[in-house]
Amino acid sequence: MTPLLQVKGIKKCYGARMGCADVSFDLYPGEVMGIVGESGSGKSTLLNCLAGHLEPDAGQVVFDTRADGPVDTITMSEPERRMLGRTDWAFVHQHARDGLRMSVSAGGNIGERLMAVGGRHYGHIRERALDWLGRVEIDATRVDDRPTAFSGGMQQRLQIARNLVTGPRLVFMDEPTGGLDVSVQARLLDLLRGLVREMGLSAIIVTHDLAVVRLLADRLMVMKDGRVVEAGLTDQVLDDPQHAYTQLLVSSVLQV
Amino acid sequence: MSEYNFAYLDEQTKRMIRRAILKGLAVPGYQVPFASREMPMPYGWGTGGVQVSAATLTPDDTFKVIDQGADDTTNAVSIRKFFENTARVATTEETEKATVIQTRHRIPEAPLTEEQILVYQVPIPEPLRFLEPRETETRKMHALEENGLMHVKLYEDISQHGAISTAYAYPVRVADRYVMDPSPIPKFDNPKMEMAAIQLFGAGREQRIYAVPPYTKVVSLDFEDHPFEPTKADHPCDLCAAEDSYLDEVIMDDAGNRMFVCSDTDYCRSRREAGHVGRMGREDA
Repeated sequence: MTPLLQVKGIKKCYGARMGCADVSFDLYPGEVMGIVGESGSGKSTLLNCLAGHLEPDAGQVVFDTRADGPVDTITMSEPERRMLGRTDWAFVHQHARDGLRMSVSAGGNIGERLMAVGGRHYGHIRERALDWLGRVEIDATRVDDRPTAFSGGMQQRLQIARNLVTGPRLVFMDEPTGGLDVSVQARLLDLLRGLVREMGLSAIIVTHDLAVVRLLADRLMVMKDGRVVEAGLTDQVLDDPQHAYTQLLVSSVLQV
Repeated sequence: MSEYNFAYLDEQTKRMIRRAILKGLAVPGYQVPFASREMPMPYGWGTGGVQVSAATLTPDDTFKVIDQGADDTTNAVSIRKFFENTARVATTEETEKATVIQTRHRIPEAPLTEEQILVYQVPIPEPLRFLEPRETETRKMHALEENGLMHVKLYEDISQHGAISTAYAYPVRVADRYVMDPSPIPKFDNPKMEMAAIQLFGAGREQRIYAVPPYTKVVSLDFEDHPFEPTKADHPCDLCAAEDSYLDEVIMDDAGNRMFVCSDTDYCRSRREAGHVGRMGREDA
């Protein structure tokens, strides 16, 4: 089977400081990869390089496109990359405000990607928006409300709906549960797990919350100081950490 | 006032503006940046249009200025005087006799010809501005033809009002390529933009010039199930009985009386001279 995403030797420096280096992995269709590490370990830099928001200094990000098979997204033209960004890829920001248009209604937020790929029938767009509001458990009566009137958890769910409406195959998530209280987190995780399974999504989830990856991720990469120090199946890494830093990370989790 | 160069601006500046105009005509609907000058009037009063007019006028031209269709409002009168003083060109209120027409928020009712140039005053040239605040991003979106966002605005209209409620500055696509803000003309005027005259757009504060060449395809954006509709008040003109012109509503008193009159004063005047009389158009009425 062809991997959906092949990452080869990604490196990104900010001047003399290193953001991340020597990151390589394959992601297969339907697989969820977790990236954990402390603040400043290069997780977000890596994710932004993969999603095309930052240009890495070295390496390849090969994506298995629908039309042309595996293509390096770093050397592809900008229009093509941006097209991927609103069709086959999705990016869920940590702060819903970064990923939503706050002055546009919930329905308009969900419909934007549909209109961006050529949807020109109001009735159909509206129908899809309502369908997706239901799937992320937001009441249909809120379709014309602006996200500013939504709670943090609802905003995050709306952001997910807005991203998944075009049926992407790969979702990048940057701390999707950050800043939410635990019960809202639990609900969001439940929802994400359902959607990932139901749509057969592949996902790369960056988080510092080990509980999130335990629930969602099939595989895990642990990063420290810009490098991957340990990788493997999630349960294996979390239950039997080999690297000293992973051991520290696992033992630092508070038990209630 | 011989101390002014012809049409106020110096020749180098006019040259720079003409280059921007030519580029705009070569790439219809594309917003060309230009080094907008300070003009002796405040921003928002047509500094962009005035600079385009100054670069376009020749001593043989006949100049007309309209503001919301009217020749006799403050903005129109002062800009007309400005060019009478600084360029000493002939001016007129008759659409047919003008060679350069500067306009704020209207297209004249009389069809324009290949001999004429229509100069629009533009407050905000970027149609995507209120949806995407970053100029770098909107430029990229235009460059890559990512115009879906424009429909988000129309979607919002329909979801809030049941129909596309945008009544002016209605976005258009020019020559199947660039999405353009036609300046705040009523959408009633949008179909007229496929015309024989050259259309130039000047935004002084925003430092942009764009253009629509003659006979260029201009399509108003819409949805398949909510098609574009040019609208006007459903009345004939109360002075000249015209049924095909765009109307202003005038409140007459505090008892609910009102009248509708052509916003294009020259069109209304010429119709009345030709003997058309509306409901309140008689001298003794």
